[in-house]
Amino acid sequence: MSSVFGWFNPTVARITFRATVGRKRALLFALPAVILIVFTLLLRVSRPPSRPWPSHVLGTFGFSVLLPLTALIIGTSVLGAEIDDGSAIHLLATPVRRSAVILTKFSVATVLTMIFAAVPELIAALISGGGNLPTTFIGPKSGQGPVTVIQGAAISDSRFAIGLFVGALVGAVIYNAIFVMVSVATTRAIAVGLLYVLIWEVVLANFVSGARLLSVSHYALGIANGFVNDTALNAGLNVTTSVVMGAIVTVVALVLAVRLLSSFTLKGEPA
Amino acid sequence: MTIELRNVSRWYGNVVAVNDITMSIGPGVTGLLGPNGAGKSTIMHMIAGFLPPSRGELTVAGERSWHNPDIYRSIGLVPERDSVYAFLTGEAFVTATAKLHQLADPAAAAARAIALLDMADAAGRKISTYSKGMRQRIKVAASLVHDPEILVLDEPFNGMDPRQRLHMMDLLDKLGSEGRTILFSSHILEEVERLSGTIQVVVAGRLAASGDFRAIRRLMTSRPHVFTVRSSDDRLLAGSMIGRPMVTAVELTGKGLQVRTSDYGAFCRDIAVLARDNGIRLREVLPTDESLESVFAYLVAD
Repeated sequence: MSSVFGWFNPTVARITFRATVGRKRALLFALPAVILIVFTLLLRVSRPPSRPWPSHVLGTFGFSVLLPLTALIIGTSVLGAEIDDGSAIHLLATPVRRSAVILTKFSVATVLTMIFAAVPELIAALISGGGNLPTTFIGPKSGQGPVTVIQGAAISDSRFAIGLFVGALVGAVIYNAIFVMVSVATTRAIAVGLLYVLIWEVVLANFVSGARLLSVSHYALGIANGFVNDTALNAGLNVTTSVVMGAIVTVVALVLAVRLLSSFTLKGEPA
Repeated sequence: MTIELRNVSRWYGNVVAVNDITMSIGPGVTGLLGPNGAGKSTIMHMIAGFLPPSRGELTVAGERSWHNPDIYRSIGLVPERDSVYAFLTGEAFVTATAKLHQLADPAAAAARAIALLDMADAAGRKISTYSKGMRQRIKVAASLVHDPEILVLDEPFNGMDPRQRLHMMDLLDKLGSEGRTILFSSHILEEVERLSGTIQVVVAGRLAASGDFRAIRRLMTSRPHVFTVRSSDDRLLAGSMIGRPMVTAVELTGKGLQVRTSDYGAFCRDIAVLARDNGIRLREVLPTDESLESVFAYLVAD
């Protein structure tokens, strides 16, 4: 079938990519990632490798701050920016299916978020050496007496990094579905998204255990924990719950986005 | 292909923007005229499928336009807002639109539309470097790229200089004479004086006048006008003016004369001659009802 009937429209994707990456805002995309990597480097240099901090920085900070903020900036601009400045009308006054518009914009945003948040997460995880704590033996100096054994991490360095990478990839998908939908629903998408990230993902989901069932960062953590299996990640949900809930949230957000876009209206008289 | 509105109303909360309008727009050029805030944009948006009517029935080429993107195969839309993908070249923008319309040969269709709008020379430049008139033309080129039967243009003459305006009117006339249905909106009557065809005048959400453009334009120019005149001798001037055939009433007020005339142009020529012949110095000659609202209100009353 031709592109108009498919779910992905290459023309829309090309224009979206150029519009999104071409804006000055694009410099912002890399900012959270740079902060994460610099922060990880500093910790790595200043502290001995111990298990908790890489999981806290990359899990809690990575999944409830870095990932959603990057997805927020990108996800709200792929379609929201066009709606705000009015150029979306040139796209919408064509027979391209609204579902193709949403899914194409969502795909572009997700890929960009993966590049600007999931890949940095992988890099930071490799730098941190999380999980790479060798078992050490401290023997008695005189050759007599007990040997002290400090148990190392049960997982390997690369497994830790891959777990966080996969979690971030999945998080990028879910967050962007939400933010693309929010950008069609309201012209104040950035403000709404920011409040959601700060209040829900950062505060409530991390301190109120019941909120985790509806927290994207916890879906991502749950999936990462499937690989890492580390209590320091504070994953509140198991892998199955995370995958199922994440899929439901993604589908519901995208369906809602298509419906909202189908009812896209131009506002009344010019002032 | 026609655009049909039957008892269409649109309200926002308890503000009525469009009130029970019935009209049929067929092949040829039709102007939708009215002052700002009259409901023109609301009507255009409903026709273009970007706003559902609150009540009534609206069809374009026999189909509902709301929630029906397939309608854009037969409609070309030139939105009022000046926003385009400014980072694209004119050619890339029109070609992308052709691709979105899934045309067999997007490049050829784009070249044809660009040539029609006389934009071939500028097509290789980024739209961000275009003047307002050029942007308007590249938008029209994009809206024509799929050779639509119906073309809807929201305030197409805004921001155009007189030469560009004439070029655009000629183009619309040409497209209309080819049998296409062309609907444009404007809030300035004089702007569209050269255009042939029919007009629909909307005032305060209602259809105020409808019919042949030239007939309505004659009505406009021969309507009564009111002037405020101040001079060195108002009473003497009043006495001589009442003898002129185009003056229908003169009133002496504290702030000068209120003069009612049936012929704007003749009055303006005559008053200067009258003043000179009677040795009166004119201090102020001010048309008082030149607001668009009063022009259109006159049509409603007619």
